Amino acid sequence: MALPVGALPGSGARRSWVPWALLRLGGVAFVLWAVATVTFFAIRLIPGDPAEAILGGPGSQASAAAFAQARVDYGLDQPLFVQYLQYLGRMLRGELGTSYALKQPVIAIVGENLGGTLLLAVVSLIVAAAIALALAAWSARGGRVASGVGWLLEVVAAAIPHFWLAISLILLFSTTFGWFPPVSVPGPLGLVLPVLTLALPLSGFLAQVMRESILDAMASPFVLAARARGEGSGGVFWRHALRHAAIPAIGLAGWAFGSLISGAVVVETIFARPGLGRSLLSAVQQRDVPLVLGVVLVVALGYMLVTTLTDVADRLVDPRLRAS
Amino acid sequence: MRRLLPWIGIAALLFLLIAALAPGLLAPADPLAIHPTQSFRAPSFAHLFGTDESGRDIFTRVIHGTGASLLIGVSATAIGIGLALVFGLLAGLGPRWLDFGTTRFLEVLFAFPGLLLALLFIVVYGPGVVTSTIAVGLATAPGYARIIRSRVLVVRRAPYLEAATVLGRSWWFRLWRHLLPNVAGSLFVLVTLGIGQSIVWASSLSYLGLGAVPPAAEWGAMLSAGRTYLTSFWWMTFFPGLFIMISAVATTLVGRGLQERSRDS
Repeated sequence: MALPVGALPGSGARRSWVPWALLRLGGVAFVLWAVATVTFFAIRLIPGDPAEAILGGPGSQASAAAFAQARVDYGLDQPLFVQYLQYLGRMLRGELGTSYALKQPVIAIVGENLGGTLLLAVVSLIVAAAIALALAAWSARGGRVASGVGWLLEVVAAAIPHFWLAISLILLFSTTFGWFPPVSVPGPLGLVLPVLTLALPLSGFLAQVMRESILDAMASPFVLAARARGEGSGGVFWRHALRHAAIPAIGLAGWAFGSLISGAVVVETIFARPGLGRSLLSAVQQRDVPLVLGVVLVVALGYMLVTTLTDVADRLVDPRLRAS
Repeated sequence: MRRLLPWIGIAALLFLLIAALAPGLLAPADPLAIHPTQSFRAPSFAHLFGTDESGRDIFTRVIHGTGASLLIGVSATAIGIGLALVFGLLAGLGPRWLDFGTTRFLEVLFAFPGLLLALLFIVVYGPGVVTSTIAVGLATAPGYARIIRSRVLVVRRAPYLEAATVLGRSWWFRLWRHLLPNVAGSLFVLVTLGIGQSIVWASSLSYLGLGAVPPAAEWGAMLSAGRTYLTSFWWMTFFPGLFIMISAVATTLVGRGLQERSRDS
């Protein structure tokens, strides 16, 4: 049995997609503008002179001429409103300024580090989804043991800080057994522990949500109807119940993205893995404002992308949403 | 077994509360006393959790750090819930344009996922215990606000509120006697679950060197002190982390128990 054809563009559902997509796009543009504005004015609240941060932080011994030059170089001598407009203009052209600490274009630093974090996040997400799926399938069929394990993992997921999980995994798998390196070396072997650190807590949350909706779906009329048509229990589970369970799990995608990014800050620091999270942390520690702004904007863009894709996926998976 | 778990959580919370209020009962020694000759001792009967780089007893320090660490979690949650109540009530009770504006504003805040809002706040106001506590509160507020708003919208249409309006009760009376108590019911669960989460987040910030600083006997600060010795002297980070986990698991168990109870009734 194929997916309902209405889900695919090119069929009768196309008409309802266009205004929906335009509305969504407008919303994304608005949020991005607001994020850029909020961060711009938040950064202005920083006490002290930005020129000082450019010239090596508080207590820098630079001359007055160097300060004046730095202000002109970074456009800090202009009125605030002009600076804001210039900032928005640069944003539109995709320029994110120059890092105070690294003296490189922010966009280049972000580009360099994005790949590592994306790889980490995507692999972790896949592993987490696989664990959650297995757990959900098991507890939907099995009895109390399965739901007990699921419940435990869920509580642990909510309570274990990423760094503590990372430390425990390092102690267990690299100090005691020596299976995996304690710092992230290039290659798949170095990816195992960081991925586990991010995936285990995430899978707990996903499994909980999927378990509840699978149980919900198994008791619903459409599953009864499928059974009445003579479908086997495997078919009912994979084709009907699982699809129903995917809806709330997809809804968690935005949240999962945030959790993965926050986790990446910690995980990349502990495993000394180059990536966006680690650059963000060092930028925060050095108060490297342009770099912080750049990373925050890229993450916000990523978040908006994920939530928009989530909505698209929701409409593909759940035919009921397309009707309205 | 499931019925028993919340009680385990309550017992753990009681233990932590004793450690917070009367640390001397559990660990009579001085948490700041240094013994340079006994540095980096592994866990033993003399030093249950081992000693740190200055020979301070880690068990004593963990117990004495309970108060400060729990306080950070509780204050961060209070800040988050307080902000969320303001936004949630404004959006849920105000006119439509206010609801629209507040909801859009929350959407913008949601675009700073996870710890991002907290990190941004720390960039502006600098690292430290107070800023990291406020930062965690701020970062959790949008999530709470959304839940409170939807709860207010449900309660607002409830028949008993309509009845109170018909009876001529004043707006304030309805707010205090009907709306807030009914919203507070769901808040209680949020708060218990949130405290554990706040402790975890605040300690993550401390671990990254953005929160409390050594030599304070606070879990997060102990973690960031032990960071440099992670591979050689694991007990310096492991035990403070264990206590963070215990408190988070305890609050989560109690919170889930309350949640299931309110669902049953």
